[in-house]
Amino acid sequence: MKKTAIKQLAMGLIVAAILLATSPSVKAANEASSATAEVKIDNFSFGPQTLTVAVGTIVTWTNRDDIPHTIVSTDGVFKSKVRDTDETFSYSFTKPGTYNYFCSVHPKMTGKVIVQ
Amino acid sequence: MPPQKHDLINQEMQDLNDDGIDRRGFLKCMAWAGTGVIWTMSGGVPVSQVFGKSLNSGKPGNFSFAQISDSHMGFNKPANPDVVATLQAAVDKINGLATAPEFLLHTGDISHLSKPDQFDTVDQVLKGASAKDVFFVPGEHDVLDDNGASYLARYGKNAQGAGWYSFDHKGVHFIGLVNVINLKSGGLGSLGAEQLEWMHRDVTPLKHSTPIVVFAHIPLWSVYPEWGWGTDDSEQALGYLKRFGSVTVLNGHIHQTMQKVEGNVTFHTAMSTAFPQPAPGQAASPGPMKVPAERLRNVLGVADVNYLRQPHSLAIVDSSLA
Repeated sequence: MKKTAIKQLAMGLIVAAILLATSPSVKAANEASSATAEVKIDNFSFGPQTLTVAVGTIVTWTNRDDIPHTIVSTDGVFKSKVRDTDETFSYSFTKPGTYNYFCSVHPKMTGKVIVQ
Repeated sequence: MPPQKHDLINQEMQDLNDDGIDRRGFLKCMAWAGTGVIWTMSGGVPVSQVFGKSLNSGKPGNFSFAQISDSHMGFNKPANPDVVATLQAAVDKINGLATAPEFLLHTGDISHLSKPDQFDTVDQVLKGASAKDVFFVPGEHDVLDDNGASYLARYGKNAQGAGWYSFDHKGVHFIGLVNVINLKSGGLGSLGAEQLEWMHRDVTPLKHSTPIVVFAHIPLWSVYPEWGWGTDDSEQALGYLKRFGSVTVLNGHIHQTMQKVEGNVTFHTAMSTAFPQPAPGQAASPGPMKVPAERLRNVLGVADVNYLRQPHSLAIVDSSLA
């Protein structure tokens, strides 16, 4: 009786593990954690100006201007150091929400990341 | 220079002169002649005259100073791969002026990336100027990453707050303002409440006949807000100066010469010593404008400002480095 119970429990755990590994929802979550997205800075503007990504996405900004820029969250969530030509800044968005940001050197430059 | 720039100047100019020179024709003529313009302020009425060198004629009390701007030390892109050479050319130009300027004003973007070696290089080149005193205000490129702490440590010893200060020279009151700190998302240049209060206190004891020169990096008038070429709270600052008979506002930032006269206030922006920028709206962005190498020094330059004790007038002469 005792032996059977342990056997059943073990079987149950194995089944659970298999289900977990193959379940589509878990697979999607694994993929999202390694997802990346790009924002290019060209001609004093962020492109795309509004970027929509899944939770866990790492967003990388690349400055392609001849002039340095920064990427600074309006709410203080993230702040890059100054980025000169071809330099990048990355941030991993782990929580859903709308993240407004701007270039603190040229504050007319604004952008938004929507994390869903 | 693109013709559009001069069209814009013409639209903003008010023809307040009776000097017999048709302003529209005069400015257009200047554009291709590559010469300079002189603004003489006299009792609030601006008088323009053709570029002449013997302006001061050595009368006691008269003096001149030179404005340089936007040296962007450290910039090395195709628009100008040698900004040291063009800054040196600006110093040579200043040293060659018929009337030696008594000091220099640098209206910001001394460095390109706020790096100590970039500031060092500018300081070293400026040591070669005949005028030994240099008064600085920061540009946004001088206060990157550390919100201006290293700029203040180097240039702000006699300054208040983020680096603003005033001084008097031979009866003229000079006010250096900082409008590149704590910029807000979507906004323009900003002076901030603390600096405005200081400025109000600073000018309160002055007689209305005191000539005032205000200098700051970003224009204190709305040149082209779409590109951030203006200052959100400059109206308040200019309000404190309304009672004065002669106010001259010197700015940099836009890497080209622009002038406007509004009542007793003359606004003037200087050329860069590093690289030109496009006329407002005439390019996809205000980024560095590449011109043929042989044209570069035509679009870089210095401004020479002369003060005449009688009749209390200021005149600005822009010279290219060519």
